[in-house]
Amino acid sequence: MKQHSLALKLSAGFGFVFLYAPIIALIIYSFNESKLVTVWGGWSLKWYAELFRNEQIMSAAWVSLKIAFISATLAAILGTLAGFVLSRMRRFRGKTMMAGWVTAPLVMPEVITGLSLLLLFVAMENMFGWPAGRGTTTIVIAHTTFCLAYVAVVVQSRLASMDETLEEAAMDLGAKPVSLFFLITLPMISPAILSGWLLSFTLSLDDLVIASFVSGPGNSTLPMVIFSKVRLGVTPEINALATLMILVVSVAVIAAIVIMRRQNRFQKP
Amino acid sequence: MMTPPATASVETSRPTLKQRLQRLSLGRWLVILIPMLWLAAFFFVPFLVVFKISLSEAMIAVPPYSPLLEWDPDSAFATLRVTFGNYLFLFESRFYLDAYLSSLRIAAVSTFFTLLIGFPIAYLIARSGPTSRTILLSLVILPFWTSFLLRVYAWMALLKKNGLVNDILMSVGLIDEPLQILQTDFAVYLGIVYTYLPFMILPLYTQLEKMDMSLVEAALDLGARPWRAFCLVTLPLAKPGIIAGCLLVFIPAVGEFVIPSLLGGSDTLMIGRVLWDEFFLNRDWPLASAVAIVMLIVLVGPIMFMRNGNKEAV
Repeated sequence: MKQHSLALKLSAGFGFVFLYAPIIALIIYSFNESKLVTVWGGWSLKWYAELFRNEQIMSAAWVSLKIAFISATLAAILGTLAGFVLSRMRRFRGKTMMAGWVTAPLVMPEVITGLSLLLLFVAMENMFGWPAGRGTTTIVIAHTTFCLAYVAVVVQSRLASMDETLEEAAMDLGAKPVSLFFLITLPMISPAILSGWLLSFTLSLDDLVIASFVSGPGNSTLPMVIFSKVRLGVTPEINALATLMILVVSVAVIAAIVIMRRQNRFQKP
Repeated sequence: MMTPPATASVETSRPTLKQRLQRLSLGRWLVILIPMLWLAAFFFVPFLVVFKISLSEAMIAVPPYSPLLEWDPDSAFATLRVTFGNYLFLFESRFYLDAYLSSLRIAAVSTFFTLLIGFPIAYLIARSGPTSRTILLSLVILPFWTSFLLRVYAWMALLKKNGLVNDILMSVGLIDEPLQILQTDFAVYLGIVYTYLPFMILPLYTQLEKMDMSLVEAALDLGARPWRAFCLVTLPLAKPGIIAGCLLVFIPAVGEFVIPSLLGGSDTLMIGRVLWDEFFLNRDWPLASAVAIVMLIVLVGPIMFMRNGNKEAV
């Protein structure tokens, strides 16, 4: 058994090195003085200064943050409803279909989702005149739809692992369904909703393919700007931007994990 | 898995939570209908629109396709103009067939290697103590939250002709001159394995964590060699996790666009990239729609399979 576990540790260790080496290399190169990304020219914060002076990147970042905030909030509301329906409601006509619509977006190739939503928006504009043109609104709708699925899955699995007796007790004591939801269920699943919101926020902030399909001219999101720059090669400014984004996400994820661990007391024994 | 009989009888005599929530009618339907209508409008209906447009012809107009129903102002009749030309074109042209096959091949090979690298990690996490388990699990989840685009980009700097990988290989003396790694199929495999690894590890871990280790010990006590015990006990018990992980990697990898366009060469043929080019470069919306519909038909089997697996897991 000893030998076996050494081999296991080595191969798992290799896996972790594989996961982190590129990210660490990227972070180190973001502090490189030299313009030639791969030649080391000493430590410097030069590219961070350049990054904040780049108006194209800054305005795209602002657009992306706005879209991510609105989409994540809408997705958290709709996804919580969907997750609640799927795990707390008895069978109804269309429940299986709804379960399918919730899980399918998780694996659907982005080019299909992007193309289909764009064609829908074009068809809607022809028929009802709304949405007039494409831009922030259409990106928000698209992002809300695929983020909703992630929130629903997180909330659903949280509800499935939770004890129903607390909710039953509240009903025994005369709580109306609406107050039951807001006073008992919602506080219990709030960590799941929060992590669903954070996940949606980062997914929306990161999406290139769907946004490229459904955005209009002059509405470039941050990933679209990054992609157009990166296509031509590695640039030191993007290294700096990547480092900042990785830093923010790491802090948020660690915070979310700590919150989730502290809230684990409602779980079924 | 033993349920005390007392609680069982209480549960049958009292309405369950689900039965009680059943009783409210208007509010209940509102809660069901809001997410349902959203998903219907923005997830399901778009596929019908794509299918409709895949039956029309490309033309220079706004939007750039021919209408399916055409009103003739003289006779006041509408003519339905449906063409299967786009689909015929897809099947007749060697290029599209090759693109589909090469996407399936690249996705399948990458999925296999993701499993090969992900399994030991998932196994190690499932077998470690509570504290190190949380830390290791967080280490797996962290890259999953970090920007997908930037993680692909990180490999561009590593794999370049004068990048870190070539530098290391040359300084060790394995190669004399830099290898062309970026813009090859190999880089695409690497990119897919790298970015989708967390999707493989998490379902594997969930399954392995539930596994009863005493079964493996029993096999070893009865004289099975570790490798045999692994093949006969661990693998079959991990099967649902393996299937779920493989599908979570394989399905989106088939339609991948970012990885082949940043890491692949101009000859790396993947259908997601073909669809993108048809749409953005050639502006042939009907043909792009037909490409999407065929891709959807290819993937609908694995997607249904995944949903059934999900139902069993819940």
